[in-house]
Amino acid sequence: MDLKDLAVRAEADSSRLPEDEAGNAGRGSLDREAAPEMVQMLSPEGELLLHGPYGAYAAELGAEELRGLYRDMFTIRRFDQEATALQRQGELVMWVPMTGQEGAQIGSGRALQPQDYVFPTYREHGVALTRGLELSSLLRRFRGVSHGGWNPAEANFHLYTLVLAAQVPHAVGYAMGMARDRKMDPQLPEAATVAYFGDGASSEGDVHEAMVFAASYDAPVVFFCQNNHWAISVPTEVQSRIPLANRAKGYGFPGIRVDGNDVIAVRAVTSWALEHARSGKGPVLIEAFTYRMSAHTTADDPTKYRLSADEEAWISRDPLSRLEKHLRAAGLADDEFFEGLEADGQAMADKLREDVLGMSSPGFADAFTDVYAEAHPLIQEELEFHRRYEAGFADPEEPTE
Amino acid sequence: MSTMTMAKAINAGLRAGLEQNPKTLLMGEDIGDLGGVYRVTEGLKADFGADRVMDTPLAESGIIGTAIGLALRGYRPVCEIQFDGFVFPGFNQITTQLAKMHSRSEGTLSAPVVIRIPYGGGIGSIEHHSESPEALFAHTAGLRILTPSNPQDAYWMIQQAMTCLDPVIVFEPKRRYWLKGDVDTEKPSGDPFAAHVLREGTDATIVAYGPLVPVALAAAKAAEDDGRSIEVVDLRSISPIDFDTITDSVRKTGRLIVTHEAPTFGGIGGEIAARVAERAFLSLEAPVIRVGGFHMPYPVAKVEEHYLPDIDKLMDALDRSFAY
Repeated sequence: MDLKDLAVRAEADSSRLPEDEAGNAGRGSLDREAAPEMVQMLSPEGELLLHGPYGAYAAELGAEELRGLYRDMFTIRRFDQEATALQRQGELVMWVPMTGQEGAQIGSGRALQPQDYVFPTYREHGVALTRGLELSSLLRRFRGVSHGGWNPAEANFHLYTLVLAAQVPHAVGYAMGMARDRKMDPQLPEAATVAYFGDGASSEGDVHEAMVFAASYDAPVVFFCQNNHWAISVPTEVQSRIPLANRAKGYGFPGIRVDGNDVIAVRAVTSWALEHARSGKGPVLIEAFTYRMSAHTTADDPTKYRLSADEEAWISRDPLSRLEKHLRAAGLADDEFFEGLEADGQAMADKLREDVLGMSSPGFADAFTDVYAEAHPLIQEELEFHRRYEAGFADPEEPTE
Repeated sequence: MSTMTMAKAINAGLRAGLEQNPKTLLMGEDIGDLGGVYRVTEGLKADFGADRVMDTPLAESGIIGTAIGLALRGYRPVCEIQFDGFVFPGFNQITTQLAKMHSRSEGTLSAPVVIRIPYGGGIGSIEHHSESPEALFAHTAGLRILTPSNPQDAYWMIQQAMTCLDPVIVFEPKRRYWLKGDVDTEKPSGDPFAAHVLREGTDATIVAYGPLVPVALAAAKAAEDDGRSIEVVDLRSISPIDFDTITDSVRKTGRLIVTHEAPTFGGIGGEIAARVAERAFLSLEAPVIRVGGFHMPYPVAKVEEHYLPDIDKLMDALDRSFAY
């Protein structure tokens, strides 16, 4: 790369530096209209500012809840580190890190109620934690032993979806079903779905169609877009000329931009949005303004497309350190608390490693089992062929069952 | 027993499904007040309400995608795609999501969505209104594909699809919507995934499905004049395919013609030919001959007669078979 290329790249990258407090993009931005005011309650210095329509939702948080939010963010970051290490050691076929997005995920996940249902993309490890999912089950897909890994009904947390945005219309349909169920049985608790997707996925037609359907049927769904600024190597500016939250206006429902690295603000905004949806007032779009601090996947190399200065600028907004500053300043947590988390995190990581190494491969014949729910003659025929073929070896290396 | 058109038979089948299960929903464009562009859903919105017979936004991926969500919540959505060539915006949802929901979840989830697609040509319409994309879906594991050729099957197959635990695509031969026939509303047509021998014969077998079944029957009748006894098998199910019935027929007749409107290349006919060659090679007196469409976009209406398999093309295929 010569000097001229570097200059061009620096110019381009200056537009991706963190936005001002209102969330408006900096010099050279493609944004053609102002973003809504970015909801923020925890300053980068850890100062708590409860105001505006969502302030009441943050004010209800007691000391234990605030410590809980920190504990969750700490735990899932430690989990992410361990999963990344496992991949580097060849124990996972791939990993999708989420470091940097803890505030957006824990904040939104902790706003959910048990009867709500989550449709994640494939990076929502933090949300999974808040749903009580066994964390090792998230790794079964990445260990290469399952296309799923858990029973969605047990935690109301759907399976990861790799085709971008495909789960977003599912969330709308499921929400339509929830509303119908309530119509038939008003005793059921009010419920909503949350559809998670990223800024890259927001370009997919399925997001548009899902929002049209959600608006048409007033479906109780919250569209939760984690704008982490990068769709692998393509920046948000290529996905949208306007702030993503503003798109909601075109569908006729509220759009909110929230500081995604502010776990308290995210929790407050999501609580409001879920209440809005559950009570029959229709969908809400939340754009959580955050940053993917790590690679898209372990196969990615962010040094090829973004500057370290860019990453460093976002470190000052780290969701964990911001809440830590607040907890310490307000006297809600001390060294003992944070040291205890380190120890718990290590124990969790050790257990995770043990679980992953203990995951047994399914037999190849198992892959025939659930292709159809009812008996299918072609499956039967091919399974029999496979068994005959395998049985022809004197010492089959691979179990067929 | 009553006589009705295939469109009416499907309408009656949908009505029965709506009556039997309060969680059955119909979804699609123009299916409400209009009753569908072919009037297949006529009167259903008036009787079951807009909540159960839903005129959806015009978006195929949205229709299939929300139907998947509804099915995950325990509903039984039946989606109508207006025309064959319009299914492709929903192709991703059908092949990457709907087909795989059960296997991806290791059997813990199911999304038994039914998708109705009017398909095939012979109606003199414009681009994307006459295509036969069934092979594209049959190639995907996890989907079941049915295609009725007569009102009796149409009435029962849609109901069988609505109670199947797997997602089912029902390809409806649109040029046969007005075909009349007897429907026994008391007695189901049996296993929807089994092929039916519609006409017994001893000299050759024609396998057809959907819109070409009447053509195959007419060709078999015409062949009688040449002293040839032709057996006609209505495939009925494109996934799974009832190879046993086909193989049994070929073992008896020794000759096989497979016909469909879709392009011959990469089509269902090739699959049937290959399987028969594997299973009954020594029974064959001649190579399996396929009679299908050409490797081209479905042609314009003014010349579509040259594209579609007809009696003459089937007679020619029989001549070629008997020449061996």
